[in-house]
Parts: sequence; structure tokens; C-alpha cells
Amino acid sequence: MLVAQPNPIGHSASAEIPLMELPPGASARVVSVSGADSEAPAGVGRRLAELGFLPGEAVRIVARGLLARAPIAVRIGTGTFALRLFEAACIRVCPEQPQLR
Amino acid sequence: MDAARSAPIPLIALVGNPNCGKTALFNILTGSRQKVANYAGVTVERKEGSLLTPSGLRIRILDLPGAYSLDPLTPDEQVTADVLLGRRAGETAPDFVVCVTDATNLRQNLRLVLSLKRLGLPMVVALNMTDIARRKGIVIDADRLATELGMPVVETVGVKTTGVRELIKVLDATPMPERQVQTRSWQPLSRADIEQDQAEVRRILGVVGADRLDGVTFSDRLDALVLHPLLGPAILAVILFLVFQAVFAWAQVPMDAIKLGVASFGDWLGAALPQSLLKGLLIDGILAGIGSVLVFLPQIIILFFFILILEDSGYLPRAAFLLDRVMGSVGLSGRAFIPLLSSFACAIPGIMATRTIQNPRDRLATIMIAPLMTCSARLPVYALIISAFIPRRTVWGGLELQGVVLFALYIAGVASAMAVAFVLKLSGKSGGFQALMLELPAYHWPNLRNLGIGLWQRVEIFMSRVGTIILALMVILWALSSFPAPPPGAAGPAIQYSIAGHLGAWLAVLFKPIGFNWQISIALVPGLAAREVAVGALGTVYALSATGDDVSSALTPLIAQSWSLPTALSLLAWYVFAPQCLSTLATVKRETNSWRYPIIMAAYLFALAYLGSWITFRIATALA
Repeated sequence: MLVAQPNPIGHSASAEIPLMELPPGASARVVSVSGADSEAPAGVGRRLAELGFLPGEAVRIVARGLLARAPIAVRIGTGTFALRLFEAACIRVCPEQPQLR
Repeated sequence: MDAARSAPIPLIALVGNPNCGKTALFNILTGSRQKVANYAGVTVERKEGSLLTPSGLRIRILDLPGAYSLDPLTPDEQVTADVLLGRRAGETAPDFVVCVTDATNLRQNLRLVLSLKRLGLPMVVALNMTDIARRKGIVIDADRLATELGMPVVETVGVKTTGVRELIKVLDATPMPERQVQTRSWQPLSRADIEQDQAEVRRILGVVGADRLDGVTFSDRLDALVLHPLLGPAILAVILFLVFQAVFAWAQVPMDAIKLGVASFGDWLGAALPQSLLKGLLIDGILAGIGSVLVFLPQIIILFFFILILEDSGYLPRAAFLLDRVMGSVGLSGRAFIPLLSSFACAIPGIMATRTIQNPRDRLATIMIAPLMTCSARLPVYALIISAFIPRRTVWGGLELQGVVLFALYIAGVASAMAVAFVLKLSGKSGGFQALMLELPAYHWPNLRNLGIGLWQRVEIFMSRVGTIILALMVILWALSSFPAPPPGAAGPAIQYSIAGHLGAWLAVLFKPIGFNWQISIALVPGLAAREVAVGALGTVYALSATGDDVSSALTPLIAQSWSLPTALSLLAWYVFAPQCLSTLATVKRETNSWRYPIIMAAYLFALAYLGSWITFRIATALA
């Protein structure tokens, strides 16, 4: 079982990657969610936040599509959402080593 | 309206994230049978029921569409926000809120509890799905949760009465406000507010012993197969294919039994009644019409058996995931998949379900193509023609040819829907960025009780249509087909001299280029009221146009003899596009709040149907 880690927002910025670059199955933490720097329409970042894509929350890619590897199925906290590419592009994450117990 | 009087009946709203079991709880509280399934957005409208508590208190209960926040993005979330804030015309705001939460996903669900708390009205939290949580090893200290949230917390299991009695006790014990609040004010949450709420949620989860994440779950292992880029689409294709095979393969025995029952009843009635007008109405009008529709009940039940299992298991959103690229490439929102799939049952709930789509243009595009999904009312028409013209044999090593043809007809509907969506995209009516953000719920075994209720409801709907609209139309059609009586010494069947006969002859001119005879032309008219009526109407028309006394109550051999194959194929093509039944058009009018779209829809579908049938008829005639 994975145990929730304390909020790691203070991690080094160098380890921060777009969610799309996270390998399937690898665990990470959300660093930021913003619609501003992507071409996504306004409100996408906000809705992602309302769904639980919030700094410090655990994310993992459950599955990806065949073409252009989209859409992606993302585990956020204890929920799972399917996201299109432009939605996933709003999310930046920080990969971490899973701690197994 | 009586609620506004001096002794108001308290109004309680069930609120919560999508797919957390609000409707299941509502059904148990009120004894209702609203639809439940395992995906977000099953409920898109407020539903009301009532409950009498043990102390004799009458309570009105509202089931509301699921919402991720009180700042709505989609029309269904708007319903929830409007009801809660008392902005809905003619309604007071609820006096009390039961916030339903999924105990396996409190990390997400508790944020909504905190939002609702900001509204400042009395609340109780229903900690739902505690059975699944316990199986996952999640033990939540409910008392501690109640202390932390500052409101009662009741553990419930939505599909069982467990905890519901406790919930009613809490409702009973809560002093309901004397005067009802008309409206409430709401300050939209900022991003900082949401992040602050999440910090609070994490703190509470830590305190109540629920701050944990899932490892690799059963759903994850299943998803590794079901969502696999290559295996996933293959599994989807196999599932759909099996459904259509089963619709033909499993239905044969019950269909034969119904046919036999109707035929023997007709024989008995024919022998028992003296020759009269009444006998004609009963046998040629009602029995021939209704019997030919009734035969298709087993196939409809089999289709719904699979639809309900797919809905309840949590597979539907996965299918949406797999087909998202296709949907996106024709300019449809990823959210359009579930409304479109619902349209296979009936376009009306499908069109209602588009309320889960955020962008109005995307929503409209989805509404416009929803009727191209083959609704279950078209199944009798397809099945009749297929069983009359497609031989019962197996092809490609064990596949039923009839099932293959049925599958192809469904695919034709889907393909034309995609083509129309693409045209809408090119014409700029849809496009831009369409949201997906679709929740993939944990899989669970279909609940047998739900399945049973769901199937029984389909039987009830079908039988009540047979008993009301179809029966009424059959009587009208019989009258129009029997009067005026033919002149003395007239040759040919009497129906040719009747009002319907003349109407059919006139319509047949219009439909001759696509191969329809006058019997089909007549049947198309009542088919506008409900599609399966076309089958009943054919039954009545053919019963009346048969000469002699040996009227067969079985329609299939009759049309197999009298139609050419091109005519049959042309009629199949017609019903792929067939202009909607009137209730679909009325729903489009209501959902778009304009006559413009139902008129455009009827016109474009009529044009497509005529064109599709014409091409089919010409090609089939040339090849024959």
C-alpha cells in the first residue's frame, strides 16, 4: 500500500515535468495546475482543481490511448479521470519513488 | 405549492459528487425506482419524492444531479446549484442538505462537504458505500469525522437499507426551520479557497484514519486490459458483437412462444365470435397490429440486459475512453459518448444526458446526432425485415448471419452520426477544445436487484406503449382502413377503397422511387408517433389487404412473399435515418428551448432517409 506523503511542494524545480511525460505506472505529485500557459480555454485549470488536481496530491497514469498516446487515464488521489491531451497539458508534476510497505 | 403555507413540509436535498450513490439512497428513502448506474451523470434533473418519518413527520426529498463544485460548468450541475441557492423559478431553497459521500473517495468528496458548509444550512453527511470501503480495508472513524466537520455523519450502503434507518432518525431529530428560506447567496470559490479546502480535507483524513492511497487495485488490473491501446478496442468490439449475436440467438424460443400464443388466441377469438364489425376490429385491427409488435419483446429485453450490465459494471466510461480519439476527430466532446450510448435505448434520455456537456455548441452537435443512434424502438422494424429476408444460417464459422446484419445496421447508424458530426465541425458549428475530464469509476459487479428492476421497467414501458399509443393507433388505422366500405361488386381487398387506402396510394407516388409499396407508405405515417408502430401498422394493413378468411397473424412470411429484396433493404436504410418519433422532437424543443433545432433535425433526417433509401434501392435493384 502506498502511504500519502506530506506535501512536497518544496521539491527542487528541476524534477518538475509535464504530466504527459510521466511514464505509466510511475507515481508523482502534482506541482501546479494552470490553464494560463497552455492553449486550453479558460476554466480548464479551475475545473481540474475542482476535480482534485491540486498541488501535493498523488498522481499516476493508469492508461494511455494508442494514437498520440491520448487520452490518458489518470489516478488523482483515490479517483480516476480520463483527460484529453490539452487538459493533461495544464498539469505539471514531480515524480517520486513509491514507498512500499 | 402547499409547502409555502403556514406548516411547510421540510424540503431535503441529496447533494454530492457524481456517482456517489445519491439516487440509490433516494430510491431507498422514498421507495422510488429512479435509474441508477455506475457512471457520472445518470441523474440530470431534479427528482422529488417524499418520506414519512417514524415520528410522523412528512419530508419532501430532492435527488439532484451530481456536482464537483457549487460553481457549475455543465447544465446538470447548474440544476443542482440553482436548486440549492433557491434560484429555480417557483421553488424555495431546500431546508436541509444530506451530503452524500463515497467513503472510498473522501479525498475528493469532502471538498464538496466543505463548500456546502459555507452555505450555512443544516447538514448531515451520509458516508455511503461503506461496504466497499471496508472491503478495501478503509476504516473511517465516523464519530471523529462528525466532530471534525461539525455535523452528524451516518454510515450508509446505498443499495441496502443499512444505515438508512439511522439517517431517517437523524432527519427526524433535526429541528426543521419554521420559515423557509427563499434564496441563498453564494460567493464563487477562488483557486486559493479550493487549495485551502484540500489542506483541510487532508488534515481531517489524517485524523479519522483515512489518509491513504490505493495501491494497485482490482480495477487497475482490469483497466490494464480493458484500456490497453490494442487489446481494449478488441475487447469492446467483441462485447458489442456478442450483444447483437445474442439478440437473435437467444430470442428465438420466447419469440416463437409469443407468436404461437398470439396465433392461437386469434384462432380462438375467430371461432368464438360471430362475423361482425367488432370481430374485424379485434382480429385484423388490434390483434394483428399488437401481436406483430409484441413478438419483439424478448429481443428488447436481451438488448437491455446487456446495456444494463455494461452501465452498472462501470464499463461505459471505459468505452468512452477507448473511443475518445474517434469522437475528438469528428469534433465531438468526449462527454458526448455516454449521451450517445444512452440513445441506443431511446433518444430521449440520450438527449437529456447531453446536459453533462459543458460547451453549448458541443451539446447541440450531440443532440443533433443522437437520433442516428439506433434506438430500441427501431429494433422490431429491423428484426422483422431481417427475419423475413436474411436467411437463418451461420457464416464465418459460427456467426449468425442475422446478427451480423443487425450489427451492420447499428454500425451504419453510428457511422452516419460521425459523418454528420464531421460536417457540423467543418461548418464551424462545433469545434475548438472539447472537454473530456470523465471520471472512471471503480468496477463493481452488477447488482442483480437493479438489473431485475431495470429489465422489469423496460417490460413495463414496452407493454404500456403497446397498451396505449400502439393500441390507439391500431384502432384508428383499422377504422381508416375499413371505411368507407368498398362499392358492391368491387374487386380486390376492401382496404384499397378506404381512406387509408387512398392515402397510401397517394403516398406511394412519393415513395415509389425508393421502392416502397402503398402498404409500407401507410405504415410510415403512424410510425412517426412511435417507430415500432410501423411494424404493428404493417400487421394491420396486411391483415386487411389479405383476401379470403385465412388471414395469417404472422407478418414475416407475408412480407417475405410480397416484397422484393431491394424494397426490404431500402426500408432498412430508411429506418437507419428515419425521422424521429414526435416525442424526440418535443424533447429537442424543450432542451434547446427553440423550434429551430427540432425542425432542422426532422428535415435533415428526412432528407438523409430518402437519399439513403434511394441509393440502397437503386444499387440493390441493379445488382439483383
